[in-house]
Amino acid sequence: MFEVIDNEMLAPNLHRIVVRAPRIAAARKAGQFVIIRVEKGGERIPLTIGDADSSRGTITLFVQAVGATTRKLVAIPVKGHMRDVAGPLGMPTIIETWGRVVCVGGGVGTAVLYPMARALAEAGNEVTSIIGGRSGELVILADELSEFSAETLITTEDGSLGRQGFVTTVLDELLRDPARSPNAVFAVGPVPMMRAVVEMTRSRGIKTIVSLNPIMIDGTGMCGGCRVLIGGETRFACVDGPEFDGHLVDFDNLTDRLTTYREHECRAVAQISVNREAA
Amino acid sequence: MSGNNLTVKERLAIPRVTMSELDPSGRSGNFLEVNTGLSKEQAMREAQRCLKCKDAPCVDGCPVQIDIPGFVAAIAEDDFHTASVILHRDNALPAVCGRVCPQEVQCEARCVLGVKGKPVAIGYLERFAADWALNHGVKPERKHLPGSSGKSVAVIGCGPAGITAAAELAAKGHSLKIFEALHDTGGVLRYGIPEFRLPKEIVDTEVARLASMGVEIECNVVVGKTITLRQVRDEYDAVFIGNGAGLPVMLGIPGENLKGVYSANEYLTRVNLMGAGQSADCATPIIRGRNVAVIGGGNTAMDCVRVARRLGAERAMLVYRRSEAEMPARLEEIKHAKEEGVELILLTAPLEIIADGEGWSSALRCQKMQLGEPDASGRRKPVPIPGEIFDLEADVVINALGTRANPLLTSTEPELALNRWKNIEADEDGATSLHRVYAGGDIVRGGATVILAMGDGKKAAAAIHEILSGSVARLEKLFQAG
Ligand SMILES: Cc1cc2nc3c(=O)[nH]c(=O)nc-3n(C[C@H](O)[C@H](O)[C@H](O)COP(=O)(O)OP(=O)(O)OC[C@H]3O[C@@H](n4cnc5c(N)ncnc54)[C@H](O)[C@@H]3O)c2cc1C
Ligand SMILES: Cc1cc2nc3c(=O)[nH]c(=O)nc-3n(C[C@H](O)[C@H](O)[C@H](O)COP(=O)(O)OP(=O)(O)OC[C@H]3O[C@@H](n4cnc5c(N)ncnc54)[C@H](O)[C@@H]3O)c2cc1C
Ligand code: SF4
Ligand code: SF4
Ligand code: FES
Repeated sequence: MFEVIDNEMLAPNLHRIVVRAPRIAAARKAGQFVIIRVEKGGERIPLTIGDADSSRGTITLFVQAVGATTRKLVAIPVKGHMRDVAGPLGMPTIIETWGRVVCVGGGVGTAVLYPMARALAEAGNEVTSIIGGRSGELVILADELSEFSAETLITTEDGSLGRQGFVTTVLDELLRDPARSPNAVFAVGPVPMMRAVVEMTRSRGIKTIVSLNPIMIDGTGMCGGCRVLIGGETRFACVDGPEFDGHLVDFDNLTDRLTTYREHECRAVAQISVNREAA
Repeated sequence: MSGNNLTVKERLAIPRVTMSELDPSGRSGNFLEVNTGLSKEQAMREAQRCLKCKDAPCVDGCPVQIDIPGFVAAIAEDDFHTASVILHRDNALPAVCGRVCPQEVQCEARCVLGVKGKPVAIGYLERFAADWALNHGVKPERKHLPGSSGKSVAVIGCGPAGITAAAELAAKGHSLKIFEALHDTGGVLRYGIPEFRLPKEIVDTEVARLASMGVEIECNVVVGKTITLRQVRDEYDAVFIGNGAGLPVMLGIPGENLKGVYSANEYLTRVNLMGAGQSADCATPIIRGRNVAVIGGGNTAMDCVRVARRLGAERAMLVYRRSEAEMPARLEEIKHAKEEGVELILLTAPLEIIADGEGWSSALRCQKMQLGEPDASGRRKPVPIPGEIFDLEADVVINALGTRANPLLTSTEPELALNRWKNIEADEDGATSLHRVYAGGDIVRGGATVILAMGDGKKAAAAIHEILSGSVARLEKLFQAG
């Protein structure tokens, strides 16, 4: 059992959860994730380790409640427990000194991006963060990113915060400006966003790292369920990734595989709503 | 049915017992255990068939050398308690082995009765005695737990190899800790072998027994990630690695990444570990499939195809490139599968998985094979028949080709010597290239069997006990002095 130390709502459906997991807090590096199970009989789901405090023995998760399991997770009160937390899993972000880098985050991808961006800044890179969401209240971690970013640019689709439009609009401007164009781009978010970023940097030959989110179970390379196609080869995102060279990723295959359980997920969420109404 | 004083002739006249089973039409829709076990009378009668051979060739067929004539005779004499005690002397998990050992190539293959007729049903009898002990709350007789030795041993992996090593060492008074990567215990016994062959209650009981011996089990610890092997070595006096061979071998054919295509590990883990498909509201989903094609011919393939049938497949097909005689699966599994309506599509190799236009598997394209010359393994090698290619309709395709060593742990300790299959190199006692680090089970052998993994755990435990109790150190000193 893993005790929840803190659970704060940052935006509608987005929570910052601090959980006691001393072994993981001590071992974790930027870019790694955990697999959690809320309760007995529950599903195993992957979540990026947003932050860790090894002296307190805690890790921080940023969780967007999108479906049945994440909704149950954000509902755990302080002093409540998660049944299982395993990790840190995956390869850490490869931190190099690129000079100027742009970190692009969309939706909850920003939570996955945050530890990467921070590690890049700590290694001496000049980080420009571009984050976005549908509307202002869905834009997360802007203050936290600003702490170490040279510049934090915000976009919203409805124009309620920052520039109206997509993160890619702003990225495009940076790429066109020789004085601001980066040596590397890190992009995490919905698959269409990562794909768009990758298409923008490809012709310019700018190294682009993306963090992939296939469906996972064990997270240890045992089941092969998280396989992705990288440069035509099958790789397991949980052990070989989750970060890959975006120019080599087969996004069609990833998009497609992510829809495998769509029917089941709709049913599970409907079930939760029914239970809530009945309660 | 009186006593055990029959003549050889009388013994030979008794027909081999048949295991009673659930009716195939009913059972192929649920996960209840198929073999329902022997009655007391059946077991005693079967036990009377044993000739109590002096040289007991059957014992040599058992990797842990169970005193087979001994426990069988006790059953014949209506002394089930003694039978279970004898079993437990050499086998920490008799209720498991009685169910899943490939007896027909191990103990029963050597039984003298098999020369002319049918061997003694050693597996059924082992299961009978072990179940009797479980149902009667009989605890295995431990030669009086000694006081604490003050030494500590870490075991990595809670599968049959790790469980056995931990039980043996705890009984010697050492303090034991098992680190398990998953959220639950048992290894393949939990996530691989389905409920209808091995009820998970049995695994739970065996693990609870470990806990009652003072063995501490910590789940969710992925050694190599959560903690390193180096850290474990620094903290404990000795280490046993039994982390299995959990890395799926991919098919390497086009279409492998379509939706509806699973590795056996993923399919079985979803169903057995996570409970997918076993209740309507299970959190973990699974694609059930109307036409399910499973590729392979071993126990894993057989488990997948029988699970698929239970999840409602109208056609549950096993696609295997050799003929039935070459299938490595246990005979009983093949028999049960056929009774449950599983189709064996033999001498057939997969070429490609065809998509339906929306990214789902719709068919398995196959190549018809024929048996040619024997290969290195002595089995006749399947060769393609030119031009004979056909499609099998399949919305779910499961790859059960086998597994290899998972590099997660071994790759983080470069000094640990591996062989060319990336399995850990270990000597007869399980000693690895690292001081005080032992290994056994599938991580050393590649995919093998439960009883071999247990045998390894036992041998390594004996060697570890030896070094911990100082006898080796003493010998070394003597050597230097002399
Ligand atoms: C390496 C990695 C890191 C991640 N980090 C974060 C994070 O920091 N914060 C966060 O909010 N989310 C993160 N995710 C996504 C998160 O795992 C999913 O949102 C979650 O699994 C959804 O579960 P659900 O039951 O609530 O929703 P569902 O209704 O089951 O699914 C919603 C979406 O999540 C996907 N999904 C479902 N189950 C899984 C699974 N077991 N593995 C992966 N994806 C799944 C579905 O395909 C669907 O697109 C990460 C995913 C991966 C692979
Ligand atoms: C589907 C299937 C059916 C089978 N049927 C039979 C049968 O009928 N009869 C038979 O005799 N054999 C059968 N086998 C083979 C048998 O199950 C294995 O040979 C046996 O389980 C090996 O035992 P083990 O202890 O070496 O490893 P495993 O049972 O694989 O256990 C290893 C354990 O270590 C854990 N682990 C892995 N990596 C780490 C890590 N880094 N840190 C911590 N823990 C870790 C794993 O999660 C697992 O729990 C079958 C195998 C499969 C897959
Ligand atoms: S452990 Fe297996 S091989 Fe040994 S006697 Fe029992 S069933 Fe036979
Ligand atoms: S070989 Fe057969 S008959 Fe002889 S002791 Fe063993 S089980 Fe009994
Ligand atoms: S999640 Fe099972 S191999 Fe990656």
